[in-house]
Amino acid sequence: MPATSQIPDETAVVLQAREGDAKAFSELVRRYEGKIFRLAMHITQNREDAEDVLQETFLKAYEHLDQFQGNSKFYTWIVRIAVNQALMKLRKRKTDKTVSIDEGIDTGEDTVAREIAAWDENPEQRYSREEVNQILTSAVDSLAPPYRAVFVLRDIEELSTEETAEALDLSIPAVKSRLLRARLQLRDKLTRFFKHKEDDAFAYM
Amino acid sequence: MLTCKEFLQELSDYLDESVDAEIRAKLEQHITECPNCWVVCDTVKKTIRIYKGMEPHPILPEVESRLLAALERKMAAHPK
Repeated sequence: MPATSQIPDETAVVLQAREGDAKAFSELVRRYEGKIFRLAMHITQNREDAEDVLQETFLKAYEHLDQFQGNSKFYTWIVRIAVNQALMKLRKRKTDKTVSIDEGIDTGEDTVAREIAAWDENPEQRYSREEVNQILTSAVDSLAPPYRAVFVLRDIEELSTEETAEALDLSIPAVKSRLLRARLQLRDKLTRFFKHKEDDAFAYM
Repeated sequence: MLTCKEFLQELSDYLDESVDAEIRAKLEQHITECPNCWVVCDTVKKTIRIYKGMEPHPILPEVESRLLAALERKMAAHPK
């Protein structure tokens, strides 16, 4: 039995998958399905749509595997497919909800911080893992779609500014200004949960 | 001397370490003099760090089985 902890080199796995090795492709699916599903959930905000996006993304990736150039990371490549699939879902649902990633964006320079309060060094440790996930997810989901998509790709999926611009078909300055707004808005929203609780210091006594 | 507004405009690039040395020095000068901007800078930094540690959404086993079954069908129909 091969050691299960050993992570095979990704380039080799992608190459095997391109040559028709089904096991190699399934290995790539397992490696990235969680991240792709998370991305799809954040963009579509709907579990059923996100499950569809997950499936469509990997089916499309398999179909077009020979078009994968290998000059970007495999992950970046499937993220682009997933973003396109998720945005298509949003457009289909556009009649019931305002969902365009270009709607609701204000052009004013309202980069302000509303609440200014210091946080502890690791404020998330005050909460359980589930609670932290819940807090983070609902904060992101409350952002307007244009900010949300940029934040998710840059700060959750950890794509570069250039990769994010490419995936969302935006200019680099647009990615940067949306990211700044998103980060400031999230900071404001999280301050409610994470701010330093001096007043509670005696609660334990 | 930067205003707070100018500081906030550059904050994201500063945290991504994509500002040049001259602006960087001005920003760092500003946070030593402005406690509010120091707090905003520190808490935005923490916001980014906490999100980076966020875990992926777990996939239900039946969703994964459906995905793998769909892939198998596709692979059988269109072998590479």
